[in-house]
Amino acid sequence: MNKFKQHSVLPGFNLALGFTLLYLSLIVLIPLSATFIRASALSWPEFWSIVTTPRVLASYRLTFGASFAAALVNAVFGLLVAWVLVRYRFPGKKLVDALVDLPFALPTAVAGIALTALYAGNGWIGQFFEPLGIKIAFTPIGIFVALTFIGLPFVVRTVQPVLEDIEAELEEAAATLGATRFQTFSRVIFPTVMPALMTGFALAFARAIGEYGSVIFIAGNMPMVSEITPLLIITKLEQYDYAGATALAVVMLVISFIMLLVINLLQWWTRHRSALA
Amino acid sequence: MSIEVRNLSKRFGSFSALRDVSLEVRPGELLALLGPSGSGKTTLLRVIAGLETADTGQVLFHGEDATNQHVRERQVGFVFQHYALFRNMSILENVAFGLRVRPKKFRPSDEEIRRRVHELLKLVQLDWLADRYPHQLSGGQRQRIALARALAVEPNVLLLDEPFGALDARVRKELRAWLRRLHDDMHITSVFVTHDQEEALEVADRVVVMNEGRIEQIGTPDEVYERPASPFVYEFLGKVNLFHGRLHRGRAWVGGIEIDAPEHPEAEELPAVAYVRPHDIEIERIPAVSGLNGDGDSGTSLVAQVSHVLAIGPVVRLELIRNGDKDKEHQELIEVEISKERFRELNLARGDEVLIKPSRFDLFPRQIH
Repeated sequence: MNKFKQHSVLPGFNLALGFTLLYLSLIVLIPLSATFIRASALSWPEFWSIVTTPRVLASYRLTFGASFAAALVNAVFGLLVAWVLVRYRFPGKKLVDALVDLPFALPTAVAGIALTALYAGNGWIGQFFEPLGIKIAFTPIGIFVALTFIGLPFVVRTVQPVLEDIEAELEEAAATLGATRFQTFSRVIFPTVMPALMTGFALAFARAIGEYGSVIFIAGNMPMVSEITPLLIITKLEQYDYAGATALAVVMLVISFIMLLVINLLQWWTRHRSALA
Repeated sequence: MSIEVRNLSKRFGSFSALRDVSLEVRPGELLALLGPSGSGKTTLLRVIAGLETADTGQVLFHGEDATNQHVRERQVGFVFQHYALFRNMSILENVAFGLRVRPKKFRPSDEEIRRRVHELLKLVQLDWLADRYPHQLSGGQRQRIALARALAVEPNVLLLDEPFGALDARVRKELRAWLRRLHDDMHITSVFVTHDQEEALEVADRVVVMNEGRIEQIGTPDEVYERPASPFVYEFLGKVNLFHGRLHRGRAWVGGIEIDAPEHPEAEELPAVAYVRPHDIEIERIPAVSGLNGDGDSGTSLVAQVSHVLAIGPVVRLELIRNGDKDKEHQELIEVEISKERFRELNLARGDEVLIKPSRFDLFPRQIH
């Protein structure tokens, strides 16, 4: 008995599954395993010394730290944006709704240049911070700004449909039971959108870790201060240090994988508790 | 606690949901708001709850004006058609919600909350489901939980919006009887909305029949069924036969029968309609010797032909066509219900010609639109 093959009214299970596996292998798995194979050309001590130099460690902290912070900010404000787009009617709503997708569509280099121009010491926004002694462009804050920019649509677009699904009756029921607006939000609405919000957070976070184009313009790329890991990888490639580049790539892969796994587990846990499945 | 609404009106854009509605709900009674969809019954209930604000008019609880009170402060228990249970909370937490959101000084202790929730769950006979989640329950169970949740805050009044509308027929009947029993035990002033006449007549102490934003009639189930105040109520509640005719100075001529109409003494040659329930029509065999007129009608009864017999159960339903009607394109069928005994006595079959005579009817001058 073939356990996987159950009779189904949907035809083509074998073909569809076969194609899916082949496709995933070609597009995802083979390139990833190539990275590991490349990196395995290094001996363990060599590998370890490459991935733990102070400059590299600083870049991990920056990449993951800024990505995490940006995803967190996006989770908060993305929820707000989604809420406004779902709950209220106002002139120009369609336009605002379309604007949310702009970071998806914009080439990241364009975004990077635009943000740098804005936030540089003499830029439109940067000029107001300059006198306060706050530099945004060419510092980790600039990286954080760029990563926030590119991550926003992920949160909005995952939370929006879930918010749309919440019946007005739920809020009415809470109100008749004596709950205040805040209690209704914190006890009824927020727990319901929580799983979607975590998905959005995970997507924004994953995107931010891998972001390169928009960051290198605004980062200034000073070693130990504002140098992200993807840039280090590029630097190594430019020096024909393929093994070193893949070693860093492997570390990023593993950390990303673990983080996504943890987020998925958390998500499964909240979903299980809220029993939406 | 009594509820009173005075002169409520509400418009949604160009649609008038309520037109000058006034109503009093007596303390401890179970009142049904009955009407077709769009009749304003749900809007009225939501205005009473404070979920909707009326354009004009007042809502009073126990004689005190509550028109400007927020839903939160009105202390009403509200049960929604689609349950509106919080899906992220267990059944226990759903029922406990109203107690948990109270300000700290009015909030009972955790054990007290648990005790009261279990008491309520026992009341709705679902104590064993406390740790489940809403999606694991059947529709009937969910609605009972929704009711327990509404009762947990010890509301002054209980408002139910089509509470059984989303359930299948059998569960509906069960819950209906159960709600009646529950109300008899608790005596909480309750208003429920329904479009199902059987439900309203079976469960409620009094029924309010609504149509197009107005109240057509208020009365006990018996009153509204037996003595409908308007043609609309007649047609909405149960089956009815219509006989067209005319009214003139306290007499009416309807379908070849002349009858007394003392309640319309001033009518002058008015078109009128007589409403007759199927069980208020008597059937006789045509006697061998009789003075019938051209159509076969006498002055007091009509001749009709049996066109269909449905003899299932204790009541036999007959469909008849009037003799004078035979050639017309739009024959109006007359429905008659007689007991099985009477049916056997008459020994009727399809195609038989019989005499029919309305024993009780109401006459309404025809509305001119």
